[in-house]
Amino acid sequence: MNQNLQNISQLIEQSEALSAEQKKSIADWIKEVDKSITITEFKLDRTEKVKKTTSILLEETIQELELKRKAVEESNTALQRSLEDLKAAQAQLIQAEKMASLGELTAGIAHEIQNPLNFVNNFSEVSNELIDEMKEQLEKGNTEDAKAIANEVKMSLEKINHHGKRADGIVKSMLQHSRTSSNKKEPTDINALADEYLRLAYHGMRAKDKVFNAAIKSDYDESIGLVKIISQDIGRVILNLITNAFYAVMEKKKIHPEGYEPTVTVSTKKLGNKIEVRVRDNGTGIPQKALDKIFQPFFTTKPTGQGTGLGLSLSYDIVTKGHGGELKVETRDGEYTEFSIILSV
Amino acid sequence: MENIPNSALFYQYKSYIHRMKILVVDDEKDVQVLFEQRFRKEIRNKEMEFAFAYSGEDALKYLNQLHEAVLILSDINMPGMSGLELLRHIKEKHHEPPPVVMMITAYGDADNYNTAMKLGADDFLTKPLEFSLLKEKLKAIQ
Repeated sequence: MNQNLQNISQLIEQSEALSAEQKKSIADWIKEVDKSITITEFKLDRTEKVKKTTSILLEETIQELELKRKAVEESNTALQRSLEDLKAAQAQLIQAEKMASLGELTAGIAHEIQNPLNFVNNFSEVSNELIDEMKEQLEKGNTEDAKAIANEVKMSLEKINHHGKRADGIVKSMLQHSRTSSNKKEPTDINALADEYLRLAYHGMRAKDKVFNAAIKSDYDESIGLVKIISQDIGRVILNLITNAFYAVMEKKKIHPEGYEPTVTVSTKKLGNKIEVRVRDNGTGIPQKALDKIFQPFFTTKPTGQGTGLGLSLSYDIVTKGHGGELKVETRDGEYTEFSIILSV
Repeated sequence: MENIPNSALFYQYKSYIHRMKILVVDDEKDVQVLFEQRFRKEIRNKEMEFAFAYSGEDALKYLNQLHEAVLILSDINMPGMSGLELLRHIKEKHHEPPPVVMMITAYGDADNYNTAMKLGADDFLTKPLEFSLLKEKLKAIQ
């Protein structure tokens, strides 16, 4: 029994103030209290043991968690690295797609530069001859004739200037096309942009397949004015749509060599505070089952090696994410396809 | 390529042609100014007369209405009706005696050349045009 309780029991036993009955009761209470204390002590001891075990377990768990945390950290770093790798790969793919579309254009560009250069050469030769004639007339004293020739020279020089600028513009836009986007929206003549790419794509296609031909039609809404866009990016979208259109009519011509007139139409329209650029072809159309996938990256119906499958998906991103616009498609299998770019002004 | 193709054919004209009428077909509009300057002496001296069409379709319209060009210089690479299609139309359906047709192309490749010859082209020239050579050829026809 607990020493203090034993002392209390002895004191009570010796007391004369209490009756024997009272002493008995107190002795019983003291026994009860002693029992409680013994139980509590036992329980405490047990709890202590559990606590120790628990703390050991806890320690182990903490170590384990620490190991797991490190593992998660490591895989996070690895994921971050893969994400960066993926981003780099994506940037490379975008660049590859750009270069591929530029490659499609190379022949067209060469042709489009050759034409103005021919004019520059021809008109400069003509100017030279005219100057000789003018000198002759002046020596003869025919001032009126000399003046008339001077006007001709002036016109020739204007043509040289015009065609020089034309070639310059083509080289500039080609360089711009291959450069990474500046992401700056600038006021752009969207009609001129569309027309330039229409011509380049047309000559590119002609150079690729010399026997093939298509009618190109354009209908530009002159009231559009300048539109704030990242011209290089929207230019790529327009080029992509036009190249696809030519591809679709070429494919259809292979199936129907007779009685089919391949036609690609580019048009622009102002619709209130929006503008629309449409590219329409009367080619093969898009079958329903492919229609859901055309904006997905890497989806292509072209033979392996001929398409990256990124054209339309990049175009979609440029129009929607880059410009907050819409890229819509309307098609009938075997009859036509029409893409519309809708941008807010 | 001979300098003067089908020369026998040209002699037919020689007797009754005084001023040579030439139709130039090209989708580049400045070709008109260029030809008018390059041939200004011949135009002034009324040795040659030029008409211009900016597409194969326009050229056919012109020929259907006037039938007076004896020589047609056509670009091959034009949107819509190509120079080769125009050539086929002219040689198949048009005109007695048929006009002389010279094809011009920026792509001097064998395909275009063979197709043009098969369709009955009288000559085949590549861009950039050598105007002194062209002049010689035209004068030989006259």
